[in-house]
Amino acid sequence: MTKIAKTIHASFAEKAKLRRDFALIANWVKPGAKVLDLGCGDGALLGYLRDTQDVFGYGVEKDDDNWLAALKNDINVIQMDLEAGLSGFEAQSFDVVILSQTLQAVQNTEEIVHEMLRVGREAIVTFPNFGYWRHRAQLINGQMPVSKNLPYQWYDTPNVHLCTINDFDQFCASHQIKILQRLVLTDEKPIKLLPNLMGSLAMYRLQSR
Amino acid sequence: MQESSSIGIVAPQTAHFDAPLTLKNGEVLPQFDLTYEIYGTLNADKSNAVLICHALSGNHHVAGKYTETDKNAGWWDNLIGPGKPLDTNRFFVIGVNNLGGCHGSSGPASIDPLTRQPWGSTFPVITVEDWVASQARLADYLGIQQLAAVIGGSLGGMQALQWTLSFPERVQHALVIASAPNLTAQNMAFNEVARQAIITDPEFHGGDYYAHGVVPRRGLRIARMLGHITYLSDDAMGMKFGRKLRHGPIKYSFDVEFEMESYLRYQGDKFAGEFDANTYLRMTRALDYYDPALEHGGDLSAALKPAKADFLVVSFTSDWRFSPARSREIVKALLDNNLSVSYAEVTAAHGHDAFLMPDPHYHSILRAYLKKIELRKNISAVPIIERRGAL
Repeated sequence: MTKIAKTIHASFAEKAKLRRDFALIANWVKPGAKVLDLGCGDGALLGYLRDTQDVFGYGVEKDDDNWLAALKNDINVIQMDLEAGLSGFEAQSFDVVILSQTLQAVQNTEEIVHEMLRVGREAIVTFPNFGYWRHRAQLINGQMPVSKNLPYQWYDTPNVHLCTINDFDQFCASHQIKILQRLVLTDEKPIKLLPNLMGSLAMYRLQSR
Repeated sequence: MQESSSIGIVAPQTAHFDAPLTLKNGEVLPQFDLTYEIYGTLNADKSNAVLICHALSGNHHVAGKYTETDKNAGWWDNLIGPGKPLDTNRFFVIGVNNLGGCHGSSGPASIDPLTRQPWGSTFPVITVEDWVASQARLADYLGIQQLAAVIGGSLGGMQALQWTLSFPERVQHALVIASAPNLTAQNMAFNEVARQAIITDPEFHGGDYYAHGVVPRRGLRIARMLGHITYLSDDAMGMKFGRKLRHGPIKYSFDVEFEMESYLRYQGDKFAGEFDANTYLRMTRALDYYDPALEHGGDLSAALKPAKADFLVVSFTSDWRFSPARSREIVKALLDNNLSVSYAEVTAAHGHDAFLMPDPHYHSILRAYLKKIELRKNISAVPIIERRGAL
């Protein structure tokens, strides 16, 4: 990257200091890797990965405003609907394909995870753990969970496929997906003990079996 | 945001080129003229030049007016000017009339220096590649080694793409808008009908109508009417005209009854009065022939291998003549070559014509992308007082 471009985007690393999950994702991405970020939003994660790991990447984003924000953040951004599949991308053409906190909002979950592992040699998937104790407590209390990682009310949520860490482990086992690494966080801190109960955010590094 | 305004009064210029140009079909143009317009100021390191490539019926008059009382501004005036998405306070903008055109550049209606007669049917069939080669000569003439960007919509987008293949080192960014890597059979079929309308006009005289003091008006008019249908979407025509009657009630005649007919006739008449039929034939042929993948067994990714530029590809949802699917083919091939590309699929009702409309989101996209170029290249504002200096 040129010096000027670096100066323009130096802010990404600054901004992302608050996002522990970004830093952890970055640990799983090799320097200089070719990365595809599905549902990239304003491109903050890709910008961070570019500035910290010097990755070459593209974002995929459907929403007009997010797309434009990503473009303004100097991200290569492709406007398309994930649900239509990734036929515009060659098999094994990326080192890593990332789906950051979007899994729970996609309709064709199996298809998309399958496509990620077709296009990428590895996939990184992060999602809010529905099994987190605070979520369970709210359900016991008779209400749909609302939390930092699940900020929506039942009537305005984009989330359609919420799952727990146990669910996703089973999904991987039954779909020939190898879990290379798994990290569970609560309030930015790693959770080792009873992750499906104590963890609010799950992060997986995956590969085809 | 900065206030945007018109570039004001502009004037075309013509450059003469003496060195022969070998065309894709093997013919040689021993010399040629290109008519062009420039807006803004070329900066000291000549790094802020942007070339605008026109489509089927466009020309070099991209922005501004020729006189204070001029009714119409240049064809992309909503995009180009001080404070506009393509900001002439920052960029040096070049509009050029393509070879074979009818607005000043050498074309079928101009005089062949060898015969001292209009070229007519003897003017070569020009390709997109030839246009790009001639535009590069114009860049040389203006002292520009590398263009900050080449921008084009439709057939203009094909030229922007071809620039990155013919002269990979000479173009840093290509904005390929409402375009395609080649035409579909259906798309070529429209061109064939348009050409047949012209060629079968009794006043066509095999393309040498100039000598007869006539023009194949009827043919050109029908060709344009057909074109206009395909540039709009069904919805856009519905919104614009619906089944509205021109005068009402129905007269059971073949006169203009519906608003839509009135519009098509007006557009056809206007065009037939100002455009050259031989140019129309050649522009549609250039569209038909453009197919960079052809020499690579249909493999567009292989064809785009030479490209080094960064790309912005834009399509419009209701554009059925250059559909989003065709733009996605370009994007796929660019991705396969690990090139920097952003792709926007703009929700728009206007069909192919959308690329000329000042849709706010579309213009935000172009503004943001051009701003990015400006920042990357560290282009600073050129004082307005110097702006006219370049003309």
